[in-house]
Amino acid sequence: MSEFEKKIAEYKSKIKSSSKIEEIDLLRSEVFGKNGIINLEFKKLVELPLEEKKSFAANLNKIKQELQDIYKTKSTEILDKDIIEKVEKEKIDITLPEKEFKIGKVHPVSQVIDEISCIFSEIGFSVEEGPDVENEYNNFTALNTPENHPAKDMHDTFYLDKDMKTMLRTHTSPVQVRTMLKGKPPFKIIAPGRTYRSDSDQTHTPMFHQLEGLHIDKGINMGHLKGCLNYFIKEFFEVNKIKMRFRPSHFPFTEPSAEVDIGYRMENNKIIIGEGDKWLEILGCGMVHPNVLKNCKVDSKKFQGFAFGIGIDRLAMLKYGINDLRSFFECDYRWLNHYGFDPLDVPTNYRGLSR
Amino acid sequence: MKFTKDWLSDHLKTKKSEEQIIEKLNGIGLEVEKVEPIQNEFSDFITAKILKTNKHPNADRLKLCDVDIGGKETVKVVCGAPNAREGLLTIYAPPGSTIPKNRMKLEVSKIRGETSVGMLCSESELKLSEESEGIIELDQKYNSKIGKPYFKNKDNNNIIELSITPNRPDCLGIRGIARDLFASGFGDLKEIKEKKFKQTLKHSLKIKIEKNKNQACSIFGSCCIKNITNRESPSWLKERILALGLRPISAVVDITNYVMFDLNRPLHAYDLDKIKNSIIVRNSKKGEKLNALDNNTYILKDNMCVISDAEGVLGLGGIIGGARSGTELDTKNILIESAYFDPSITRKTAKELDINSDAKYRFERGIDPHSVKEGLKMAAQLIVNICGGHVSNFDIQETKKFKEKIINFDSKLVSSTIGINVKEKDIIKILNKLGFDSKKKGKYLKIKIPSWRPDIYGEIDLVEEVIRILGFDNIKSIEPEKVRLKPTLNFYQKHFHLAQRSVASKGYYETITWSFSDEKINNNFKENLETIRIINPISSDLGVLRNSLYPNLIYYMEKNLNRGFGNQSLFEIGPVFTGKNPGDQITVVCGIKRQYQNEEDYKKNDHLDVFEIKKDLIQTLVELGLEKDEILVEDKSPAYYHPGISGSVFSKDRKYLFAYFGQIHPKITNVSYGFEIFLENLVNFKNKNKKNKESLLLSDYQKSDRDFAFLVNKNIKAQLLVDAIQSIDKSLIKKIKIFDVYEGKNIPSDKKSIALKVTIQSDHKTLNENDLSDISKRIIKSVEEKTSAKLRS
Repeated sequence: MSEFEKKIAEYKSKIKSSSKIEEIDLLRSEVFGKNGIINLEFKKLVELPLEEKKSFAANLNKIKQELQDIYKTKSTEILDKDIIEKVEKEKIDITLPEKEFKIGKVHPVSQVIDEISCIFSEIGFSVEEGPDVENEYNNFTALNTPENHPAKDMHDTFYLDKDMKTMLRTHTSPVQVRTMLKGKPPFKIIAPGRTYRSDSDQTHTPMFHQLEGLHIDKGINMGHLKGCLNYFIKEFFEVNKIKMRFRPSHFPFTEPSAEVDIGYRMENNKIIIGEGDKWLEILGCGMVHPNVLKNCKVDSKKFQGFAFGIGIDRLAMLKYGINDLRSFFECDYRWLNHYGFDPLDVPTNYRGLSR
Repeated sequence: MKFTKDWLSDHLKTKKSEEQIIEKLNGIGLEVEKVEPIQNEFSDFITAKILKTNKHPNADRLKLCDVDIGGKETVKVVCGAPNAREGLLTIYAPPGSTIPKNRMKLEVSKIRGETSVGMLCSESELKLSEESEGIIELDQKYNSKIGKPYFKNKDNNNIIELSITPNRPDCLGIRGIARDLFASGFGDLKEIKEKKFKQTLKHSLKIKIEKNKNQACSIFGSCCIKNITNRESPSWLKERILALGLRPISAVVDITNYVMFDLNRPLHAYDLDKIKNSIIVRNSKKGEKLNALDNNTYILKDNMCVISDAEGVLGLGGIIGGARSGTELDTKNILIESAYFDPSITRKTAKELDINSDAKYRFERGIDPHSVKEGLKMAAQLIVNICGGHVSNFDIQETKKFKEKIINFDSKLVSSTIGINVKEKDIIKILNKLGFDSKKKGKYLKIKIPSWRPDIYGEIDLVEEVIRILGFDNIKSIEPEKVRLKPTLNFYQKHFHLAQRSVASKGYYETITWSFSDEKINNNFKENLETIRIINPISSDLGVLRNSLYPNLIYYMEKNLNRGFGNQSLFEIGPVFTGKNPGDQITVVCGIKRQYQNEEDYKKNDHLDVFEIKKDLIQTLVELGLEKDEILVEDKSPAYYHPGISGSVFSKDRKYLFAYFGQIHPKITNVSYGFEIFLENLVNFKNKNKKNKESLLLSDYQKSDRDFAFLVNKNIKAQLLVDAIQSIDKSLIKKIKIFDVYEGKNIPSDKKSIALKVTIQSDHKTLNENDLSDISKRIIKSVEEKTSAKLRS
């Protein structure tokens, strides 16, 4: 055995018996370094006769490969052992709380507006809007509510001027007027938005939300109105069946006019919509009055249709079991957290309205 | 409008039960609001149970009883009856009730120092028997009736309260309600019985309706009744007056009220002896006074309709009478007025003086002008019957004839409106029963409108009458078509929805706050916008339309803070008002954030700073479709922000203001950060700068990072350096990141050091050292030229 071979054998055993990564790294540089034994052995190649060169180099490469393999195996072994030792020490209490993820909430009124828009989108309604401040013409006159008429008592109006010519809209119906005046029939719109009446008690707030609906076309009759509302209520409350009752009523801007009740029952202090023998008033509707069509430059001999108005806050209360209307506007953090919706929870008609 | 079935049967002969009547009334548009038992002296007494008895501390023979009266809490009653014991079912008289035996009205009282709420009754106290030994003992079946009235309503007669819509004045009289029920097939409408009475006197008072501009009175009918004995009303009349919720006063007053509710014909009774000379119906002069029957004194304006005599105003026509000519129990001679006043003028006057009365309520809705005589007849007959006396002839002053209204009605309109076929003969039948006369003429029906229906103007009103009586249940529902011709949301609305959910996804809770605000708080935020006051606000702290979303958000944030919530992120998306005309409003998305300033929290958590709110804002803008290189951040902002820690976001050309952000000025609130996004501006910008997403080009050539540190004057903004680097070659400079801003040690006091990492990559080749050092030189040169910075060595 040559000196070289002896040294190699020595290194082999040294590497094998070593247990520290620093040790074998040192050994490695002694073997493979610039002046390591392998390199020194290679330098001998120059002096060898041509016929020996080939077998010498082949043999040396073999030894080099073998040493490298040994080194690699050993170092992996040591490193693995280190990791295993480290991992064993790293046991944590996984029941400690997760880091806080801050996702906000969407207000139930906004969520319900999206749900409503989604339902009416399916049957071809588009969304229209109007300003919160209105003039007398759009809010009352065009809607067939003359000055000094007791029908105005139904609306406690906030006025912005002493002459009572500008006001906060008392309903979303002026959007009907604006929509019809700026376009040509047919009209098929819904208009959700803020509305205002100077009323404040347990069940009234000076600001609330309404949804206006308007469908004007040739030959639209009360059957369409009934079908449309029936569809909407069923979809909104996500029930298969709904009990609905139309009661004649009076609104200056519709004729005939009706109020709509839905059937419900109480179960464990909760309202169950769609069955039972109690009635809950939820909306007002009717066929748009010919005077309104005339005021909006629509030929009432050719076109007719229906309109309806629904309290959005009330729908939200019913669907999501919220008891107090005033709490909608009080911004209590706990309330917002409890009744608010995950912003990812976008109502869609393929996935459904609510989770 | 209240009535009883008993009263209704004066006008309607029907076998239908009260329950059926109630259901039908709801079905034909006369909404039943309330049904409640008629109150009488026995309706107060309640079935109750003694839950516990304790000894009275100060009296041996008295007991303190805990009594279950059906409410959430028991009441404490002191009782001396020997049989009062736990578990006993008995009858309880609450405070306010009157004990029939001795007519004593109960109050909450102390008996030997112990409070007693009401009392437990013996049979003799309730006049049930002579038994006065001990309280009533009821058997166990009453266990289920605790809290309910003990005495049943004898004939099950309830007071039915209707909510009559303003178009139906005729149903403010029981006759009108009966007529509607008759038309719905509920029995027969009875003829009004006319009992003859003699008119032996001559009407002695001169009456004149003056010709004034906008004279509200067009008919003034009256009669004198002399030598009456005014008295307490007989019990049948009193009961009816009580059923209406009114207080019986005297026969004369009760009769005028009775006629008003029976026929919807308001009347007024004057003490004839107190009228001086004659009656003149005229417009008032400014400053005239009326001491009215409601004990108020009204100072009149010009041109209000008054009934007057030589001494002055006697009453406001159709609204309220005066005290001077009011009737008393000793009144001997009276004048009964039955008149017609114009609805809108009457309403205007009453509104200006803020008076509400049953008469005004009816006149402003429209009274049947042809009921003047009918009312006088009925009143005179009742007064003669009850009070005696002699009646004069009727004097009817009339300045305007009411024309009959006739409508040409195409009965096909019924079917085309409601969607089902209704035969013409059925239509005619319904209308006839409601009092409309009809005559066929060509394709039309000539419909004569009854004088008591001022709400009927045109054909569509007749359609409503028909379908109302026919029943809405008969309308067949038509399934909606699932066709969409137009997108549901427009471009702006899509952004509204996206903005809402975008901000919510960053930890903010959406709020909805009033569109109004407290003027004092609003003033902090209004800048140069005008204050928009509400003339009749709900309260003074909600007196102006908001000029910003901050006032309410900050108010509620601080309220939450008082509730114990420190860390908060709130936002609202909604209108901000810029003027008082329709459309003077913009949509703002406003977020606000506050960190709870707790010592421990402060160390542990990342400290909230302006860059946190900037992150939320910029990311929201990006999600709304703006590119980062389309926006420009400047340090200008409104005065309600901290002047040194706030900014604004513009489009690159400065034409569009997208947002403000920063710390709210500390003089307004404690350390809080907020942003305001101006949605219309953003949408308008996007509309003008529509772009398609460029196709993605990925460069596979090697990229290199180069770090630079510049020494610049303190007032130089970092963005300026970024812009200077960017301007060299957009295709080569892929990314610029500021990784350090340093002031202090080794830096002159008026300077700061800004360190940037610039990522350089070509889309065409691998850049060699020469290329890179060339670009680096250009970067340094550009920055030094544009910002007078110096590269730190």
